[in-house]
Amino acid sequence: MVQERTLPPSQAPTVPISPEQGLMLYEDMILGRSFEDKCAEMYYRGKMFGFVHLYNGQEAVSTGVIKSLRADDYVCSTYRDHVHALSAGVPANNVMAELFGKETGCSRGRGGSMHLFSSEHNLLGGFAFIGEGIPVALGAAFQSRYRKDALGDPTADQVTACFFGDGTSNNGQFFECLNMAALWKLPILFVVENNKWAIGMAHERATSQPEIYKKASVFGMPGVEVDGMDVMAVRAVAQEAVARARAGAGPTLIECLTYRFRGHSLADPDELRSKAEKEAWLARDPIKRFEAYLLKHNLTDEATLKAMRDRIQTSIDDALTFAEDSPEPSPDDLRKYIFAED
Amino acid sequence: MAETLLFNALREAIDEEMGRDDTVFVLGEDVGVYGGSYKVTKDLYEKYGELRVLDTPIAENSFTGMAVGAAMTGLRPIIEGMNMGFLLLAFNQIANNAGMLRYTSGGNYKIPMVIRGPGGVGRQLGAEHSQRLEAYFQAVPGLKIVACSTPYNAKGLLKAAIRDNNPVLFFEHVLLYNLKEDLPNHEYVVPLDQAEIVRSGKDVTLLTYSRMRHHVMQAVKGLEKKGIDPEVIDLISLKPLDFETIGASIQKTHRVIIVEECMKTGGIGAEIIASINDRYFDELDAPVVRLSSQDIPTPYNGKLETLTIVQPKQIEAAVENMVALKV
Ligand SMILES: Cc1ncc(C[n+]2csc(CCOP(=O)(O)OP(=O)(O)O)c2C)c(N)n1
Ligand SMILES: [Mg+2]
Repeated sequence: MVQERTLPPSQAPTVPISPEQGLMLYEDMILGRSFEDKCAEMYYRGKMFGFVHLYNGQEAVSTGVIKSLRADDYVCSTYRDHVHALSAGVPANNVMAELFGKETGCSRGRGGSMHLFSSEHNLLGGFAFIGEGIPVALGAAFQSRYRKDALGDPTADQVTACFFGDGTSNNGQFFECLNMAALWKLPILFVVENNKWAIGMAHERATSQPEIYKKASVFGMPGVEVDGMDVMAVRAVAQEAVARARAGAGPTLIECLTYRFRGHSLADPDELRSKAEKEAWLARDPIKRFEAYLLKHNLTDEATLKAMRDRIQTSIDDALTFAEDSPEPSPDDLRKYIFAED
Repeated sequence: MAETLLFNALREAIDEEMGRDDTVFVLGEDVGVYGGSYKVTKDLYEKYGELRVLDTPIAENSFTGMAVGAAMTGLRPIIEGMNMGFLLLAFNQIANNAGMLRYTSGGNYKIPMVIRGPGGVGRQLGAEHSQRLEAYFQAVPGLKIVACSTPYNAKGLLKAAIRDNNPVLFFEHVLLYNLKEDLPNHEYVVPLDQAEIVRSGKDVTLLTYSRMRHHVMQAVKGLEKKGIDPEVIDLISLKPLDFETIGASIQKTHRVIIVEECMKTGGIGAEIIASINDRYFDELDAPVVRLSSQDIPTPYNGKLETLTIVQPKQIEAAVENMVALKV
């Protein structure tokens, strides 16, 4: 096991959260976790196909960042996109239906696990190739600035959050887009989910400077390192970056130190990562930690949390029923959606 | 009527569309302050400002992807490829994102964007600057591919491409920017999906596009003197192909020669022949002939370069041969 990086001290929230906010964050993380667990079950039962990349362990990042956005802000994801979609408000029913290849899926069964889209929720994708979402997110951020400054629309202050992994930060699109975002002061958050691995490639073996947040400085952009297993810490950092972006002061690179609790995809035997490493990170489970936080600060009680978990479980079961009962796309529509007129 | 050079016809198209719709913007290398490497965006930076005529860093894949993101969120970007060959770096963004994303998203997003710039074999520019990417890109679903060839169609087609709600790859030709033609003073748009009948004839159908249209027309002069009456069709739209126009011509002449500047293997002509066999095999009196560039990297040496692309004399000979074999 490579020497673990010292985690940054937890950024204590400047504004304490209300019980409602606490429960909202908790609910979102539970939703993500329960959804992914159900996916694993369905995949192994042969109900779901293709490459399916689960998000277990990284929930504090999705929740901490996306729940700091407004509904009209944009989210751009990767192939590990189920939970980003859920945090962005895409109903579990439509995400599950997409994984089942159904017409009611958020991409109408044409996309699958790695291609979740929802224009209604400003979810820009769902990208199966690493790095390609970064320029697309940049384009959405450019669009906000264009509307504001070229078209004079004062309401065009939308922010774009762009997620990608540690391995992806070695790809040229990362550097090219950091440059352009800083150059044009675009309202964008580059959120690196550093889970230490890119399939079987350990981060330290792939990059000359493993501290990714430091790469922001050469572009004259703020770069922040944050404990990605602590939703409050992620949220604090995200809120500050969102405020900066919205105010027209430009992008931020946020490196969230996190870990995936499952293999790279459901097809990955996950034999490379050591037991010691896995256990060390499992002990930092962001959901358990946040539960403890909520209870310690008397923001809720165990009964409320349990009721919430049960309710989410029911909604996941409903999503499954919805997906299973939904129709497949009609063969007559095979060629639909190739062109805008279709 | 005003005599207009082809690069200025393109410039007028962009200017008019930017004036008409403020979501239209141009981006690319040296499009702004410098005015474009072939002056297609000259003075537009001064007129529309730095966001609407955006000088980008040399980062083809990322600024192409950025245009996709801008198009998904409601803008209408026009990318200028300084040379279309450089867009090989953006192959992923053009294929996966511009071309396929609408389908993959189940119709969630549309991607109205134009990717335009100089392609083709120029004058001793060497292999890398002499690419014909239309052949490489034709297999990508969701893309439209257009090649202009005269000042008139350049202007009208570019306006149509900018108004189209799909990603359009728009090929200009390095050697055609200084063609001159009297253009109408009134506004006009040329439909993207229609081939142009350049010359009506009855003996043989010549299908061509871009600069090869002019080689074909040179050959036609010689053929006319020999009493041969060819029909010349400029394909204009390389994807989708206008089989209404192509088919009507085949039903008239029953003979087809394709003249293209892309390489033979996997070229536009290869696709046309396959489609003609599917649709019009019974109409043919002779196998379709294609005259294409050699399957080699374009050599720098001028004589070798000339040998690489199809010359008017070869077209003349091919037509004569086909007509002589008339059954
Ligand atoms: C362009 C491209 N190359 C390779 C792959 C195969 N691939 C999929 S995920 C991945 C690792 C990415 O790791 P990271 O960016 O750290 O994200 P994580 O999977 O850890 O979330 C690779 C190599 C791909 N999808 N796209
Ligand atoms: Mg990783």
